[in-house]
Order: sequence, then C-alpha cells, then structure tokens
Amino acid sequence: MKPYLLVDFGSTYTKLTAVDLDEEYVIGTSHAPTTVTTNVLDGYDQALKYLLTDHPEIENISGISACSSAAGGLKMAAIGLVEELTVEAAKRTCLGAGAIVEKVYSHHLTKREVRDLKESNIDIILLAGGTDGGNKECITFNAQMLKNIGIDVPIIIAGNKDANDEIEELFEGTNIEYYIVSNVMPKLKELNVKEAKEAIRHIFIEKIIDAKGIKKAEEKLDSIIMPTPEAVLTACELLSKGHEEEEGYGDLLVVDIGGATTDVHTIGEGFPKRTEVILKGLEEPFAKRTVEGDLGMRYSANALLSLVNNYEFKKYFEDDDACNHDIKKSLDRRHNHVDFIPKTKDEEEFDKAIAKICCDVSVSRHVGHVERVHTPLGDMYYQTGKDLTKVSYVIGTGGILINHKDAKKILKQTSKKSDKALELRPTNPSILIDRSYILSSMGLLSQKYPKTAIRLMKRYLL
Amino acid sequence: MKTVVIGVIGADVHAVGNKIIDHVLSENGYNVVNVGVLSSQEDFINAAIETDANAILISSLYGHGEMDCKFFKEKCVEAGLEDVKLYVGGNIVVGKQDNAEVEEKFKEMGFDRVYMPGQKIEDALTHLKEDLG
Ligand code: B12
Repeated sequence: MKPYLLVDFGSTYTKLTAVDLDEEYVIGTSHAPTTVTTNVLDGYDQALKYLLTDHPEIENISGISACSSAAGGLKMAAIGLVEELTVEAAKRTCLGAGAIVEKVYSHHLTKREVRDLKESNIDIILLAGGTDGGNKECITFNAQMLKNIGIDVPIIIAGNKDANDEIEELFEGTNIEYYIVSNVMPKLKELNVKEAKEAIRHIFIEKIIDAKGIKKAEEKLDSIIMPTPEAVLTACELLSKGHEEEEGYGDLLVVDIGGATTDVHTIGEGFPKRTEVILKGLEEPFAKRTVEGDLGMRYSANALLSLVNNYEFKKYFEDDDACNHDIKKSLDRRHNHVDFIPKTKDEEEFDKAIAKICCDVSVSRHVGHVERVHTPLGDMYYQTGKDLTKVSYVIGTGGILINHKDAKKILKQTSKKSDKALELRPTNPSILIDRSYILSSMGLLSQKYPKTAIRLMKRYLL
Repeated sequence: MKTVVIGVIGADVHAVGNKIIDHVLSENGYNVVNVGVLSSQEDFINAAIETDANAILISSLYGHGEMDCKFFKEKCVEAGLEDVKLYVGGNIVVGKQDNAEVEEKFKEMGFDRVYMPGQKIEDALTHLKEDLG
C-alpha cells in the first residue's frame, strides 16, 4: 500500500481523502470543521484522527496535497475596458483560476469605484484593457487611479502590452505589488488566459493562503497547490482529454450546486457543429467555469422567485408530488436557516425542485445560444457561446447532488429542452454522479499522478 | 500603424467583399480588425474602442444599409469615438437610386465617406491616406 492524502480546506469542513497509489482505490474519507480562525491544523488533525481511526491500515503516507476555498475562497476584482470584450476576458480568467469575481469594472474607474474597491475584501485585482496595440489610455488611467487610492492587494496587469512600460513606471517605487503578464485579449475576441492564470495561482500560493491563515498547514503538508474550484476544473479537463493510453471521456459538463452558488464547468471547444452557423463574440475557454451567485440551495434560495415565478416553479415538482408546497415560505425558511436539513418527504421534494431550478437556470446561462437569419440559401444562424449539444457526459458534484437518490433526475435538467430550443444544451448525455466527492481531490492528485487520477475518476464517478 | 475596423453590418451574410477588403487594406499597411459578417453596431463600436481604431469601414450589401446604419454616428459619439472616421460602402440602398441623394443621406447620418455600388475598396485607399495621414 502506498497511501496519498488529499486535503480540501473548505469554508465549513476540512475534508480528507486517502487513496492508495498502488492498488488505485479510495481508502477512505473523513471531515472535521475548518478552523481558520484559530489554527487551521486543528481541524486537519481532527479529520486525520478520524481517518486513521477508521482506517488503521493507513501507514507511511507517501505525500499530501491540498486545495482551499476556506475563509471565503479567492476573491478577485476584474477590470477591463469594454464589457463584452476585455472585461469579459478578465472575468473568465478569474473564474478559470478558481476565483470568485466579487467586483467588475469597465471603462475608466471613478474615484467612487476605487474607494469601493479599496474597502472591499478582495484578494487580487486583474487589470486588463485594450488589445495589444490598441487602446492604452484607459488601462494606464485605471492603473493611476489604483495607485492614487493606495491599493494594497496584488495587481495582475494583463492588458495592452503597449501600456506596460508606462504602468511599470507608475508603480515603481511604490508599495504596490504588481505582476505584468501577457494580455488576456491580445487580439479582438481572442482569449489568452494562461499567463494571467499562472500569476493568480502564484499569488494564491505565496500570499493568499498566508493571509487566510492556511499557510500554517504547510508545516505538515507539502503545499497548498490551488483554489478548490480550480482543482475541480483541472480534474474535469483531465477526465475529458485522457492521459497517455488512458482514454478521455470527451466533452463534459459538470454541475456543482452549493448552498450559495451553482458552478458549471464545461470542457470542450464548443465550436459550431453545422456549417450554416457563424460564431460570434469573444472566444470561449476550452475549460470554462461559470458561477451563479443567485442560484443555491440555502443562502440564495430567496432569490429564486425573482428568476422563476410561482407558476414556473411548480413545473419543477415531480408529477407524482402530492405535497402542497408553500413556495415562498419554504424558500425563506431555507434562506433564514442555512443549515436546514430536510426531514419530511415534503421538504425533500422541495429541495429537489430547488436543485432542478439551479441546474436548469445555471446551464441556460452557461451554454451557447443561436439566433436565426433568413437567406435564400436557407436559414443561417449566429452562435454566441459554446455549442454543447455533443457533450457526452454530465457529471453532478457538491452538496445535494452527491447524496440525493434522485440526483440523476435533477441533472436531466441540463439537457435539451423544447421550450429552450435556441440553447445549445447537451442532447443525449450520460449522467454520472460524484458519489464519493472526489473531483477536487483528483484535480490535486493529477498534478503528480495523472494516470491514477483519471483511473480513479473512471471508477468512482457512477 | 493605423488601425481600421471593418465588417458587414446587420443581418447581412455577404462575405466575399469583406475578405477582399481585409486583404487589400492589410496589404497596404493597415492593421485590420475584422468583425466579419452579421455584425451589430455595437460589435463595430466595441472593437473600435478596444483596438483604438482610427476608422470604421462598414459594408452593407443586401439593401438594408440605411436602416442598419441609423444612429451609428450618435452611438459612436456616445462611446467616445467622435474622432473616428466613418466610411460606408457596398450596395448600401435598395436597387438603383440617385447617387448624389444617397451620398447626401449617409453624410447627414454622420458618415465621412460614402461609396456607391461598383466602387471598389481600392477607391477608398487615397481617402484613407488623406483622412488618417
Ligand atoms: C453571392 C451573393 C449572395 C450570396 C452571398 C454568399 C456569401 N456568404 O457571401 C447569397 C446567396 C447568400 C446572397 C443572399 C442575398 N442576397 Co446577394 N448577392 C450575391 C452577389 C451575386 C455577389 C456578391 C459578391 O460576393 N460580390 C463580390 C464581392 C467582391 O463584391 P462586393 O460584395 O460588392 O464587395 C466589394 C464592393 O462592394 C466594395 N465594398 C463593399 N463594402 C464596402 C465598404 C467600403 C467602405 C468600401 C469603400 C467599399 C466596399 O468593395 C468590395 C470588394 O471589392 C450579389 C450581386 C453582385 N454581383 O454583386 C448579390 C446581391 C448583393 N444580393 C442581393 C440580395 C437582395 C440578396 C438577398 C436579400 C436575396 C433575398 N432576396 O433573399 C440575400 C440576403 C442574405 C443576407 N441575409 O445577407 C442584392 C442586393 C440588392 C440591393 N442592395 O439593393 C445583390 C446586389 C443582387 C441584386 N442585384 O439584386 N447573395
């Protein structure tokens, strides 16, 4: 046996997953409350104790890797010029790096905006604007504004390269910590996230985990490698592409419904599947993550009625659901008691309906759309976003989906719908559930043992 | 290097002329940013802002040019692009109409240069030099 330990410092729980690298199976998992306010290692030690009690066979742990979303996760501000272009490129970069995009600004920053930014509790700023050789006035102006207000969090500059010298001169000699990387949108509509993403990861490892009290963990662990959502995205990408002779699953869509947010990850180019379709808009990331802050099981439950009305809500109840739900009251109850656990059949059915809505709406926002134009050659279409009609697998993870007996039914909400015909949703996907909750762990493991990670995913995603 | 944004406006799919314009302007030393066919007014404007364009060259081939170009200049002004030169060409109106009238109409709409059917992109090269330096 060659045990390897994967640790996830979550906002509520510190979760441990032990895998055996020799036999390639999950030995066991455990969790304990996260303790960032005192010493993060307390929670870790507790969880480890549970694990070792349950599995005394674990000896000589060969390595440990950790990811973290504790203390509110990695919070970022995305700044760009035009909303649909460099602002969107900056946003996608942050999301792809596993961050929560807390603040978004376009065009010239105002004094009010930078004050607001300074007062917020964000961890990193991503400053973009202009294609290479394009507009450099705006990003330089914004850099000056950030300097004026005395921003004290790291700034990643990923805009028009022509502005870099000027910005560097502005920041030199100040206390501002800045990193200059290649433009997130070097050419019109071309997305380039790699360098900026690496910079985010670097700052996360060097600075953020320290500020969030997780650095202590490094005394015992090898390192904190990445924010948890990035670990999930990394796992998905590996599972999609495969590794050496281990074949991948092809295009994937992963839904993670939490208490406050719903994350959707997709892996795939998403290019138009038919010749009469013309692609519009900013290039899509191959591994794309979107986060919906108004879709969740508890914290954001009260927001649901602003997205679907009472009548529409009812459509998400099962046909054989005989309960008489008071929608407004049930939602408020969950919002006001975020640790609410359904006990009756009635409450379970209601949770299921919420999960279906989260799933349906988040996928509507994530997938590409088409619009029709008439020509004598027949209809032509424009596509914005990813065509995900050929996605082969839909995977459910996180909170409710892991444990729910009807998880697959909930995930059916991701596929093609007659009343949403212009949305490029998966047509006929196979549905898998991350029952053992291993996706983020496998993202971590893949950094050193990709082949084992993919084999484990194939075995444990059911 | 001067930057020009080109594209075909509205629900217009005529792609051939657009490719030729891209080629000719690039050959003549312009940094061409091509938003392609089926482009909205916003597509042109957003591209011009990010790339700091000196001119926008709109093509319209299918006859709805006048409608598609309505309030384009106003939107440019709104977006801070008041100094960007605006050109329009192709088959900008339906069928054969009086050239002078058409030109007058588009100039009133705020376009700096207006090209009639049959006028090639080469005709615009001297104007571009004049206008952009
Ligand atoms: C091929 C073609 C099509 C193809 C296009 C295929 C494709 N994806 O490209 C198809 C079959 C799809 C098509 C459809 C239609 N077409 Co058509 N089409 C043509 C055709 C035969 C050739 C166009 C072409 O490629 N020309 C070659 C290129 C190199 O020339 P160009 O496009 O004119 O561009 C040059 C100049 O105009 C100029 N130029 C263009 N823009 C600008 C801008 C500036 C600033 C400058 C300086 C110069 C400039 O420079 C370009 C390069 O030299 C023309 C007729 C013709 N002979 O022009 C009709 C024509 C353009 N079509 C026409 C029409 C009406 C249509 C339809 C509306 C038909 C219908 N009833 O449904 C649809 C519209 C579809 C849509 N939504 O866009 C009319 C337009 C009439 C008008 N404006 O009053 C034309 C003129 C035919 C006609 N005489 O009736 N069409």
